[in-house]
Amino acid sequence: MADEQSSLTQHVRAFEAGAHVVAAAFVDDEAALALADGSLLIGAPDAGRRIVAHPDGAVLVATSDGNRLITGGDDGRVVATSAAGEAIEIADEKGRWIDAVTTRGEVIAWSAGKQARARDAAGALKSWSAPSTVRGLCLLPKGYRLALAHYNGVSLWFPNVAAEPTLLEWKGSHLDATFSPDGRFLVTSMQENALHGWRLADSRNMRMTGYPGKTRSVSWSPEGHWLATSGADACVVWPFRDKDGPMGKAPRECGVRAARVTQVAFHPRALVVAIGYADGLVLLCRLGDGAEILVRAPGEGAISAFAWDLTGARLLFGLESGLAGLLTLPA
Amino acid sequence: MTASTAAAASEKIPVTVLTGYLGAGKTTLLNRILSEPHGKRYAVIVNEFGEIGIDNELVVGADEEVFEMNNGCICCTVRGDLIRIIEGLMKRKGRFDAIIVETTGLADPAPVAQTFFVDEDVQKAARLDAVVTVADAKWLSARLRDAPEAKNQIAFADVIILNKTDLVSSAELREVEARIRAINPYARLHHAQKCNVDISEVLERRAFDLDRILDIEPEFLVAEDHDHDHDGHDHDHHHHHGLKHYHDEDMQSISARLDGDVDPLKFMPWLNQLTQARGPNILRCKGIVALKDDPQRFVFQGVHMMLDGEPQRDWRPGEKRESKVVFIGRDLDEDEIRKGFLACAA
Repeated sequence: MADEQSSLTQHVRAFEAGAHVVAAAFVDDEAALALADGSLLIGAPDAGRRIVAHPDGAVLVATSDGNRLITGGDDGRVVATSAAGEAIEIADEKGRWIDAVTTRGEVIAWSAGKQARARDAAGALKSWSAPSTVRGLCLLPKGYRLALAHYNGVSLWFPNVAAEPTLLEWKGSHLDATFSPDGRFLVTSMQENALHGWRLADSRNMRMTGYPGKTRSVSWSPEGHWLATSGADACVVWPFRDKDGPMGKAPRECGVRAARVTQVAFHPRALVVAIGYADGLVLLCRLGDGAEILVRAPGEGAISAFAWDLTGARLLFGLESGLAGLLTLPA
Repeated sequence: MTASTAAAASEKIPVTVLTGYLGAGKTTLLNRILSEPHGKRYAVIVNEFGEIGIDNELVVGADEEVFEMNNGCICCTVRGDLIRIIEGLMKRKGRFDAIIVETTGLADPAPVAQTFFVDEDVQKAARLDAVVTVADAKWLSARLRDAPEAKNQIAFADVIILNKTDLVSSAELREVEARIRAINPYARLHHAQKCNVDISEVLERRAFDLDRILDIEPEFLVAEDHDHDHDGHDHDHHHHHGLKHYHDEDMQSISARLDGDVDPLKFMPWLNQLTQARGPNILRCKGIVALKDDPQRFVFQGVHMMLDGEPQRDWRPGEKRESKVVFIGRDLDEDEIRKGFLACAA
């Protein structure tokens, strides 16, 4: 457990976001929250600007690459919002829920049911219809290629190539997808309380099992050697440094508590992972020695969103209950 | 957050599943539910989005994506789209009071029900209230002969709305009712024209709530013996007098009873083995049993291979300790089930 002495709680500014926090990000270095009531909150705690990106809707999914907050709603719209609050509609899927969204630079990709779409920097729109609903989307770190997680596997799609996507097959329902930062590995979370991975060079399968619940939050360490995951009563961290990834290796566990981990986020520069739990507690944990520092005491429901700023000086978090907090690490 | 909103947020959203063969009147019932002045707000999950006129604020189109769970259980199918939609709807919590899922006419209700047994997140947020099946009084008998889906929907139902009774003679009505009872004697059955049933007979049934398993007598016997749970305006059950007895060739309900206790060391393995071995053919099961040396009633229910059971309450002073089980399914071996159960006697 966290040592009473090592606490950062006095460096947290707690504030009311006003609705279930779906995602957190730093947009042009400003704290930004995407909320289930369809609005965004951008700016300093208690002085944030509220932007209604999805009037009468709910934000279902959100992502950011630091310049804009991209949100997908149950109004069928994909909206890109800048730190200044300028909201641009990227797509309108006629009321069909946006199930996944991802972005890098000017590229934005999203899915609604089986339909996946990608828009490049020039605004050219490409579409592909997957065999079943696309639950997760991820851009390969280099090049214009996407992983689409769906039932029974993942399709690797080059939006600018007419050929059918390559199917990486694995039985079961795949939810979220993530590439390792070096692009060597692809990992999905699954309905069956497991992660599945592929080494892209030879499509070799990796099974990461033993979770009591679904993994819905994952985070790569800055150099890409570790993958932190939610879904257990500890943050489970898989080793990806070697050429075989986690195959045949046991994961590390940090932040072991009697509560389910709901969110994880690696610090962008250090081997320290922020861990959020279903009971509202937030910890920082150093991977090397497992040292823990308390950021938020339990209460008011599950942690539902995390984001570090670019330099790792600030951690923004949100709760399902509509509360939020901004940790500024002491210099 | 105040204490009262925290308490409200912890309540699970009830989910009612509407099934029924093509043209039976599901949409009529749905629109009736939505238009009644009940002050409740519903999130409605429909298939074929936009095709049918439903006047409701929150309508979600579903693809009915039925997935096999990768857990080695051959009949363990779930509705993937439902897991995703309920997850999304929970972000709008507080903006609706209940969820209604309308399935296609050819849908098997089992994957919908099993979704609530299998998915932890769905279980946390929502509870299955009841499977309500709308049946066409004129055409059901024919569909029971040629459409296995229609038979599944009747067998699975907690509530059956026998609709369009104005289009059949009283003899035809007795016939179709007897055919329904041959498959499922346990569901609440209501006669209706244009689905004019009391909405309270459709919603908030708590049919999957273990606490509510009070007794498992066939519905028509209960009604004929003592018409205690009706307040006068509902005379449906009186039509059951003179019910013909039919035997359905492939779908049956089998009930078994024994006076006194069962040995838990025999009963639990028997129940598990039976549902594992015959799970694909068992659509629903339910039971109230007296476990030896246990002061509490043990209740269970299941869908195919999935079982949910718990101690319910103390046996009351003077209450007769007895054990009862019911299975509804296809090609069930009555002898196997009955003998197996009786062999569990303590």
